[in-house]
Amino acid sequence: MSKKIWYSLFAVLALTALVLTACGGAAPAEPAAEAPAAPVEEAAPADTQVEVFSWWTGGGEAAGLEAMIGIFDAEYPDIEFVNAAVAGGAGTNARAVLATRLQAGDPPDSWQGHAGQELIGTYVEGGQIQALNDLYEAEGWLDVMPETLIPLISNEGNIYSVPVNIHRANVMWYNPTVLEENGVEVPTTMDEWFAAMDTLQAAGVTPLALGEQWTQLHLFETVLLGSLGSEAYDGLWDGSTDWTSAEVTAALDNFAKVLTYTNSDSASLSWQDASQLVINGDAAFNVMGDWAEGYFRELGKTPETDYGWAPVPGSVGVFQFLSDSFTLAVGAPHPEGAEAWLKIAGSKAGQEAFNPIKGSICARTDCDPELFGVYLQSAMADWGSNTVSGSLTHGVVANDSWKSEIDTALGLFLIDQDVEGFQTALVAACVSSGPCQ
Amino acid sequence: MFKNKDKYLSVILISPSVIAILIFVYGFIGWSMRVSLSNWKGINPDYSWAGLKNYIALFSDPRFHIDIRNTFIFTGVFVIGSILLGFFMAVMLDQGLRGEGFFRSIFLFPMAISYIVTGVVWRWLMNPAEGVRMSGLNLLFSSLHLDFLVNKWYTTPTWGIAAIAMTAIWQMSGYIMALYLAGLRSIPNELREAARIDGASELKIYRHIILPLLTPITLSALIILGHTSLKVFDLIIAVSGKQLPLDVPAIYMWQTTFDGLFYGRGAAISIILLLSVAVLIIPYIRYTLKTGVEQ
Amino acid sequence: MNTKALRKNWLYVPLIALTIFYLLPMYVMLVTGFKSFAEIDLKTMWNLPHGISFENYIEAFAQLAPSLRNSFMMVIPAALISSMLGSLNGFILAKWKFRGADFIFPFILFGMFIPYQSIIIPLVQFMNTAGITGLPGLAMAHIIYGIPITTLTFRNYYASLPQELLEAAKIDGADMLGIYRHILLPISVPSFVVVLIWQFTSAWNDFLFAVILTGNTEWPITVALNNMAGSQIISWNVQMAGSLLAALPTLLVYIFLGRYFLRGLLAGSLKG
Repeated sequence: MSKKIWYSLFAVLALTALVLTACGGAAPAEPAAEAPAAPVEEAAPADTQVEVFSWWTGGGEAAGLEAMIGIFDAEYPDIEFVNAAVAGGAGTNARAVLATRLQAGDPPDSWQGHAGQELIGTYVEGGQIQALNDLYEAEGWLDVMPETLIPLISNEGNIYSVPVNIHRANVMWYNPTVLEENGVEVPTTMDEWFAAMDTLQAAGVTPLALGEQWTQLHLFETVLLGSLGSEAYDGLWDGSTDWTSAEVTAALDNFAKVLTYTNSDSASLSWQDASQLVINGDAAFNVMGDWAEGYFRELGKTPETDYGWAPVPGSVGVFQFLSDSFTLAVGAPHPEGAEAWLKIAGSKAGQEAFNPIKGSICARTDCDPELFGVYLQSAMADWGSNTVSGSLTHGVVANDSWKSEIDTALGLFLIDQDVEGFQTALVAACVSSGPCQ
Repeated sequence: MFKNKDKYLSVILISPSVIAILIFVYGFIGWSMRVSLSNWKGINPDYSWAGLKNYIALFSDPRFHIDIRNTFIFTGVFVIGSILLGFFMAVMLDQGLRGEGFFRSIFLFPMAISYIVTGVVWRWLMNPAEGVRMSGLNLLFSSLHLDFLVNKWYTTPTWGIAAIAMTAIWQMSGYIMALYLAGLRSIPNELREAARIDGASELKIYRHIILPLLTPITLSALIILGHTSLKVFDLIIAVSGKQLPLDVPAIYMWQTTFDGLFYGRGAAISIILLLSVAVLIIPYIRYTLKTGVEQ
Repeated sequence: MNTKALRKNWLYVPLIALTIFYLLPMYVMLVTGFKSFAEIDLKTMWNLPHGISFENYIEAFAQLAPSLRNSFMMVIPAALISSMLGSLNGFILAKWKFRGADFIFPFILFGMFIPYQSIIIPLVQFMNTAGITGLPGLAMAHIIYGIPITTLTFRNYYASLPQELLEAAKIDGADMLGIYRHILLPISVPSFVVVLIWQFTSAWNDFLFAVILTGNTEWPITVALNNMAGSQIISWNVQMAGSLLAALPTLLVYIFLGRYFLRGLLAGSLKG
């Protein structure tokens, strides 16, 4: 019997070795030795291809990307679209893959990144992506995107990416029934919010649903915005607002107070679980980006009856945004293909194809509102009229190093609840990785 | 003792592995070490000399202190728990009960499934919500009137990481059980019979005869569990996301390198991790070397 | 005899309790895999699904199927080749000591403990420079990082064999390879089973190397499984269904080789 096993083992071994050598040419029977370099796969002739790297692999994102690829294929039938999407951890895995590819000198033609400092602080700093001012001018994009958006995605007058969609970060979702039952109005200022949450807490309702650490960072940035106002908030990121100031202390105190209204099991909930608490009536409010709306609809809920929304208290009139955008690599193997892709990504047709499916609004202000649901229509109206500020958690206002230092400081604060220590750590983060010197 | 030709042949046959390990393990460790002594921060390599700056910073870094504490708790609970559970399961299955194969497969089963998914299931099971929103294991306990078992699981301050170690025990103890079971089966029955005739109790037989004979297995188990626990990473992230109370060096390293682009610091963490492993396994290697060829 | 049997029957109590502990997460995975998206709620996770539908499994299978082939193409050679190398190394290190062998063994063994996250950057750079990309590259990484544990297992097994076994063959004029092929290999099956199971499981479930070393047409099943999630809304029902499907091959390996697994551990582990 054991002999039989041996024969089959060796048969499989031989077979697979054969297959391997045939398909990759790289694995001789003992590849542990320095294997001879495999012939690099014949690349398609230049510019008949474009490789686009993103983290849109599942759900509405992937479907939206497919729709946009459809438009690309119709417009550029000769260019093959290579969809190199990697999922996981809101882009963390994707970015690890991208970082290793860039370090190995093998960039994709175009990749996804959060518009703003995440791209600028990392890839512009590293000389990995090209300025796109010419493309913006040629395509007339400057006229169709909000004026206040452009500085947030530029560096020294150069624009480096094409935003495809816009999400709003400072949205407070609420359960209209729960508010009504407790006689609470939708709050618009921090003080009103605290008063409302006091009432709810007294009535035995969890006032604010909260999830794992990144959702707490998300809550933190909206409370900062709500407490400081957009001007002082923006100033935090360019160095004009002092991190040591009393107004920052007050904002941190607000945040500490907000946390006292949250569910005790926040550390164990994903953002979906936390949003669901509001839908189920287990909690009154939840602060989450407007992808939550896509989730609510997938659960079969009706806007305005099952869930309502408002800007996070204190941030009325401010649209705190985040955006997925695409870049042009320095040394892109197929620069013409990449440019063709960026044109589609920035076009009205491309954005109108992508966004309704993904559940976000266009970065352009001229998309047809009829394509969108009632929430997104209201977001579109705000996008065209509000002051635009950027999100921290989602890469607009701070570079990656700075953001990760803030995230660590927040994590420590959640453990020790020491506001003073938190502020000290935030100041240190600004000094080590931000504009503070 | 043997022919020269064979001597050369054996060197030739083993050299591919040695070369591969030289490059893929030692070469890359050397690279990491070099990066850990540099100022590299950002997407482009920067090998400018920083001396021990990254290491010194880590030792005063409150996050790294949490990591070290968590590593100790996790390793302790996971290693001891897996060994105890594995051993007792093996002893029970060694009694020649009917359905042994069934139980064995059940206990081995979790090993086959990827951490990423079992982690999420455990996150649900260990949900710490109270009152009407109680769910998962807590709900189960409470409906079985075992309310004293209801707890906050991995959101318990300081000791939360132990709850995650429990999920790792769930995943790995089957393997340890199999190791011990194999060991128990290899102990000749005559040994036990002889002791029984001498009037030794079952407990004494285990303590004085069987346990000493199983020492090598325990050592193997320690090594396998120890290295798993120092690398644990995807399991914790799957259960709890990335949050500081449950942080471990492997997560810090990954986050600081790829989220924060602090390559120098990330490399320093990995080198510290590696050095602590070295301390752990050198005694084991010495032990293994003693057994073997001489006999 | 009777009282003894009765005493033993008590053991079923802890065993069944443990079985429940081991199966609870499985139960949750299974029922969630049959639920619709809207049914997923922490509060109702113990509840049975409203109806049995295989939609999630079909959807998951459709997404995973293309990468199934990739996984097999990568895992089978990775497991077999690293086992072969381990066996050869183990044989040489245990029975064919040359000068420096005592140094070589810990030298190899130490590789087991390297944290993989810290070496992926040089790994990718090396693989790209050497031109070994895609599935062969991934298989190669698993082979190389598998060498320490396979070598350890085989060395310990071979070291436990009596030296006379070899001496007799030598007197008969057999050379080294002859001894390996005709004497050691035939009695190594159990150890091979242990090592193959271990290597198969770890390569099959690996995500880190896979996501970094392969491109999108070559992704193995773990990456495909992860990709089903996307970055924002996660359909846990499909995800759970998919993960059960992804675990099937490893389970089959366990079931078919399980009988030999114990024998292999028996042969290989006691020495160390």
